[in-house]
Amino acid sequence: MHVLPYLVAAYLFLTGCYGLATSRNLIHAVGCLAVCQSATYVLLLAVGYRDGGTAPVFSDIRPGSRPVVDPVVQALTLTDIVVGATVTALLLALVLQIAKRHGTVDPDELRELRG
Amino acid sequence: MRHLLPLPVALPLLGAALLVATGRRLPRIAVEIAGFVVSGGTAALTLVLLLDSAPTMTEWVGAWPPAGRESVGILVVGDGPALGMATLASLLTLAALAYSWRYFDAPPHGHTGAFTALMLVFQGAMCGFALAGDLFNAFVFFELMSVVAYALTGYRIDEAKAVQGALTFGIVNSLGAYALLLGIALLYARTGELAMARIGHGLDATGPGGPDALVLASFVLVLTGLLVKAAAVPFHFWLPDAHAVAPTPVCMLLSGVMVELGAYGVWRVYGTVFAGPGGIPAADLTRALVALGALTAVTGAVMCWYQRHIKRLLAYSTVAHTGLFLVGLGVLTPEADGGVALYLLGHAGVKAALFACAGALLDRFGSVDEHSLHGRGRPLRATGVMCAVGALGLAGLPPFGTALGKAVTEEAVGGPLTVVYVAASAITAGAVLRVTARVFLGLGPRPRDAEYETSGSDEEPETTGLLSRIPDTMTTVPAVLLAAALAVGVVPGFGTLVARSVARAGPGGAHAAAHWTAHGVLLGVASAVLAVALAGLAVIRPDWTSAPGWAAPLRRLQSGHVGDYVAWLLVGTTVLGALALPGVLGS
Repeated sequence: MHVLPYLVAAYLFLTGCYGLATSRNLIHAVGCLAVCQSATYVLLLAVGYRDGGTAPVFSDIRPGSRPVVDPVVQALTLTDIVVGATVTALLLALVLQIAKRHGTVDPDELRELRG
Repeated sequence: MRHLLPLPVALPLLGAALLVATGRRLPRIAVEIAGFVVSGGTAALTLVLLLDSAPTMTEWVGAWPPAGRESVGILVVGDGPALGMATLASLLTLAALAYSWRYFDAPPHGHTGAFTALMLVFQGAMCGFALAGDLFNAFVFFELMSVVAYALTGYRIDEAKAVQGALTFGIVNSLGAYALLLGIALLYARTGELAMARIGHGLDATGPGGPDALVLASFVLVLTGLLVKAAAVPFHFWLPDAHAVAPTPVCMLLSGVMVELGAYGVWRVYGTVFAGPGGIPAADLTRALVALGALTAVTGAVMCWYQRHIKRLLAYSTVAHTGLFLVGLGVLTPEADGGVALYLLGHAGVKAALFACAGALLDRFGSVDEHSLHGRGRPLRATGVMCAVGALGLAGLPPFGTALGKAVTEEAVGGPLTVVYVAASAITAGAVLRVTARVFLGLGPRPRDAEYETSGSDEEPETTGLLSRIPDTMTTVPAVLLAAALAVGVVPGFGTLVARSVARAGPGGAHAAAHWTAHGVLLGVASAVLAVALAGLAVIRPDWTSAPGWAAPLRRLQSGHVGDYVAWLLVGTTVLGALALPGVLGS
């Protein structure tokens, strides 16, 4: 087992969280959320990796003749990417409306809802 | 019958797609009737399936059953709790659609049907999350449910506060969902399975010596995602911001069932995945859930008491009550699970009805501020009466369903935690009664304004201009919801039926019953009396009950800054890990 991809996934998630917590711009915050999500892609693909495995496409190789990487996690990653695209698009649309209504995208200046 | 199991998910999604495609060519009334038909039909279907849910139905969607030991199909599980949550979600969606009949301004040109379609997607996603038998689909429906909820929260895109609340909601919940997915990936790495029951078997087979760091990490990550949805402290900051700004019919769904689905998810995932010998020991789950749940109940109750924005006040009361649900689920006895199920059903009716009353105030006066509405609610007699009845239901006055559920849970939890149940329900109900007395009766002097708060005056009404009178749908719906909450406690045998169906789906498969006991009735009456006393004191002596200095730091934590909430989420994950750690070290 290679440890590096798992460390990369953890690093990506925590970096994204750090960016979110310290963000001064909501567009940057939505980007940081996408960074957090890319940690899930890396982790899923790392989980499915097999030593010496090839792509799980059986058009030119005989099933069972050589190892392939796990196709399930690749399907999960694709679904995850679709989910991520939806979320990012919706959140960016909300940021656009915030910019129009509040005249700022700095979370430090959005303090109406509190207490 | 089991082949019908995917339909409660598919029907609303199909209906929504049709509405979006044809909505712009249809008159508004046709769109709203179509919404009713689809939502009501789904509700009827879930009800029929629920009545047939013993023994548990399982269905591999698209006829992809497991081949040997390998399974890649999508598993849908229909047992009592799953179909019960799906039915609750469907019935509440129907109620919210009835409440919002001709509610919003004429929608923008070319977007007739958007609101109805979104509500239907929300219904389908909630049904999907309740019925999902494998973790990845649970994640997909979790995200679908969240994304629709963000869109619905920010539905009035011209409202500055609405878009801000929706964005906070979106960022915090999506981050929670990604933590959930990381946990699912780790579980898949260990067991090679996605179906929950199979993951459970896999953990027991690979780790007979007890859990290791990987199991702990996946447990903490999965629970983080679910507890963000369930708004447990310190993951709860998004909830008041979102609930205060969402349109009222959406609030009914968010508070009535979506947040509770998080608690349901915790119960389902722990019971099927982590309860075995290779999972997390029961003592650790109890420690984690009871500690966080009690903290949530207390924080929610205290914050609820000091609100003047009525919808925000109701949102904090939801936080307090989810805390009580989590404590009940945490003790891991079939009796407590049955009690929580009843409590949850009663709470859904009462809370949705209270939000409906708050919506009537908003659309009549353009304000949900307790201070500026002082005495102005006098003409709305029916709404005022329902507000008071709802508050008593929230306190758990017998024979409401909340009282039966709370009594059964208290008995199962026992010990000093009973105090938390009585206090949290009394304080939240007292706050609602205080609002009722001030707004609808005009009692007491007008309270002074505090420094650090969200006021709730100058809100835009959700209808076309201010209403001159409250339409019948906006009084009938809360009345029906309150009657339903009452029926949960009154209909003979219903409590035992629910308790038995929950116990059958649980890990032990034990028998359980839910009856009124003298002890439970007394505690329920005590909560209600305490609530009335607190409200009376607050109205007569506002200075005694205004925010003291020690509550200020707690209120300052709710800073409205999304970065702070993300930081708290990480703190919560760490705390969760620390609370669950002893079992892993001990094994």
